[in-house]
Amino acid sequence: MNYISPVLWQFLRKWLTHFALFPPEASKMASQMDALFFFLVLVSLVGLTVVVLIVVGSSMAYHHRRHPQAVQIEGSTLLEATWTIIPLGLFLVMFVWGALLYFRVYTPPANAMNIYVVGKQWMWKAEHPGGQHEIDALHVPIGRPIQLTLISQDVFHSFSIPAFRVKREAIPGRYTSVWFEATQVGTYHLFCTQYCGTNHSQMIGEVVVMTPDDYQKWLAGSTSGDSLAQDGERLFASLSCNACHNPTAAARGPNLVGVYGSHLTLTSGQTITVDEAYLRSAILDPSEHVTQGYAPIMPTYQGQVSEEGVIALVEYIKNLNSDYRIQQTLNTTGFSPNIEEKQAPAGKATAAPGEVKQ
Amino acid sequence: MSTSTLVTLPDQSTAKIPKVNFLNQENGLLSWILTLDHKRIAILYLITTVFFFMIGGAAAAVIRLELLTPAGDLVAADTYNKLFSIHGIIMVFFFLVPIAPAVLGNFLIPLMIGARDVALPRVNLLSWYLFVIGGCFELYMIIFGGVDTGWTFTTPLSTHYVNTHVVGAAMGIFIAGFSSILTGINFIVTIHKMRAPGMTWFRLPLFIWSFYATSIIFVLATPVIAIAMVLIVLERVVGIGVFDPARGGDPILFQHLFWFYSHPAVYVMILPGMGVISEVVSTFSRKRVFGYTAVAFSSVAIAVFSFFVWAHHMFIMGISNYSALVFSLMTMLVAVPSAIKVFNWSATMYKGSIHFDTPMIYTLGFLGLFTIGGLTGVFLATLGMDIHLTETYFIVAHFHYVMVGGMVSALMAGIHFWWPKITGRMYPESLGRLAAIILFIGFNLTFFPQFILGYLGMPRRYWSYPPEFQVLNVFSSAGATILAIGYLLPFLYLPWSITYGEIAGSNPWKATGLEWQTQSPPLMENFPEIPIMDHEAYDYDWLERHQQEVASV
Repeated sequence: MNYISPVLWQFLRKWLTHFALFPPEASKMASQMDALFFFLVLVSLVGLTVVVLIVVGSSMAYHHRRHPQAVQIEGSTLLEATWTIIPLGLFLVMFVWGALLYFRVYTPPANAMNIYVVGKQWMWKAEHPGGQHEIDALHVPIGRPIQLTLISQDVFHSFSIPAFRVKREAIPGRYTSVWFEATQVGTYHLFCTQYCGTNHSQMIGEVVVMTPDDYQKWLAGSTSGDSLAQDGERLFASLSCNACHNPTAAARGPNLVGVYGSHLTLTSGQTITVDEAYLRSAILDPSEHVTQGYAPIMPTYQGQVSEEGVIALVEYIKNLNSDYRIQQTLNTTGFSPNIEEKQAPAGKATAAPGEVKQ
Repeated sequence: MSTSTLVTLPDQSTAKIPKVNFLNQENGLLSWILTLDHKRIAILYLITTVFFFMIGGAAAAVIRLELLTPAGDLVAADTYNKLFSIHGIIMVFFFLVPIAPAVLGNFLIPLMIGARDVALPRVNLLSWYLFVIGGCFELYMIIFGGVDTGWTFTTPLSTHYVNTHVVGAAMGIFIAGFSSILTGINFIVTIHKMRAPGMTWFRLPLFIWSFYATSIIFVLATPVIAIAMVLIVLERVVGIGVFDPARGGDPILFQHLFWFYSHPAVYVMILPGMGVISEVVSTFSRKRVFGYTAVAFSSVAIAVFSFFVWAHHMFIMGISNYSALVFSLMTMLVAVPSAIKVFNWSATMYKGSIHFDTPMIYTLGFLGLFTIGGLTGVFLATLGMDIHLTETYFIVAHFHYVMVGGMVSALMAGIHFWWPKITGRMYPESLGRLAAIILFIGFNLTFFPQFILGYLGMPRRYWSYPPEFQVLNVFSSAGATILAIGYLLPFLYLPWSITYGEIAGSNPWKATGLEWQTQSPPLMENFPEIPIMDHEAYDYDWLERHQQEVASV
């Protein structure tokens, strides 16, 4: 190697050892996505080969010196039909396969653990239900479906984890969601893929996939003391929401116990299902979301509550069922996904009969 | 019906540059900038668009240089953002969209249909002035600090969060848009009203069909981008709040408006290229285009379908899953006419008598690159796959394969093919072939690694990136250097050939189009007398008889 300069040699070695050609497969979705990818590559290679064979074959066989006289052919309906129908058929197969995957990625399962992610120029803030906050990082356990509820505080961002093959736009003023189930312990890239201004390329982070045990330890070690719902409860009190939204008969606003998941009829006559997105808009733009039978007296909280604050309020209202206070303990260090799992069906049970009648 | 055709090349040695032609019929600067001649306006457009291409190309060069290393170390982050924004805005709105229709279309449509000029010559000149005024806005924007929104002007970033010359850039696009609309109207009227006697729709060269489809898109889609740009300006200046969620506006509305234009605009860029390829493949195979009707109607089908696919740019942006289904299906359908065209061009070569002159080399490059570009487009149309691939370098590689690999190859084929008609002289053939091969190799080396980078997840518009992506980025930058040589060569030998090139004669390629049956360069009025079209397009037997008649006279 003495004819290559040592600096250059070191450089080349560093390159060859730090050289990625294919991303790691670290989620259940990744292998399904890769299967579709290889199918697409295969079809493309076949298509390209056919074109190259015709073109190169004709170029060699019908070079003007070898074939001085062109044969005029008008066309062939049969051939043209063939190369219309075969690509169309293949494209339709791709369409169906792709659509199935798309619906899978964007339809979170009911038992998924929800983590809120707020994007802002130029950082990602993740909020775990137990009140753990992290910036430009996301800790998740393997073997458990995780739903991300995304929102942006300013411009469009996009939350991308290539190793999981999932991505979702974080949009200002609207919740979007995506889910995954990690399968491989490790640390993976987290990118913002929607151009968002000066430091777009610095809006990156790490996704740390841990075993469930390590994840419990991490949760215990990272808690701020209060769960997201408890933060929300405090905010609910400090904004005096409970002045109107209370269970008394004289309340000027609807009682929020069990409202999450229920069906509401609005003054506009519209019937809606209460979900995170509805709760968010009802807080920020109440005049457009008045429950039938109530006066439009609620002021807007636009600009007074940050996106994180809204998330805390939403999480509080979501968990607001009649025995909420009994279930909550101030010490959330013991928060475990299992408890939440038990809560979820309980919440639904109270919500179902809780349809607001007016 | 199959007949054999033996076409002999005309004698080049006796050819002379005609004493009177559109280049020397009038002289002086005023005779150019006030000209109403479609051929001179085409040349004005050629000069201005090539100028913008050089600006966009220079920005691309700095981008590739910056991406040699993972750290952002050559320019500042803001500068990098401005560079890719300028590259995108200039290349899309001031090079790719106008160059083929306004240069090749302007020069060739009247010649090909046997007319003396376009239907509305004054409007034609006006559209060039509008284009120049729009371009001046962009130059002002670049000189006084640039813009960093990307060419997509995504709201609310462009309206509320950046402090650069968004208004200037948007107004430039707005004004240049009128140039597109006027050009489109002009071509539609010309093709309807100015065809020579006997030139029925199905005797038109396929070039005309694809330019007709392009013009329809110009007229129907451009007003929407104009509206979107005006709304951006109003939002910034007055704060009307259409795109501002804090005031009940919807930032996604902008994306709908933007892509309602910008997706059809992609076909504005590629359809003229397809027209060029039909002419070149036929001429250099000495054979009629395989399946004329299918190729003609696939141009129209592309233009129609292109209006119903815009939301495929927004699959991950929270549009409803069911509307995503519809847009994915429509996108699959729009891929079919392109596939038909590629197969028909390939089949045109079968049993031809193929000559490998420069335009044909570019065309072969086009077939390979456009096929790859088209097929990777199907990856992105596939809903689930798009989630992983969108907003990464896969997208960048895909649209460069279509726009640069496809369109610029076709454009180079067209310019080399009609250069003898425009100037009356030939360029050095061996240099031309060399440039075509360099372009093909350089292009693949630049953009193929970006497909792999995209699947790895490298986001587009990144100023710095994780170190494991460096090897592929270095390949890409190295390829860009080779690609640059491929572009620079024609910049040298084409101007050289204007003075020193061999004299071409009226029909150096033995092509059948009407434009080749008049002198090179043509007269100001194109034809001494209006030709009568008594044969189909690409009729090489007619050409043979015609040549003999001319020789015997």
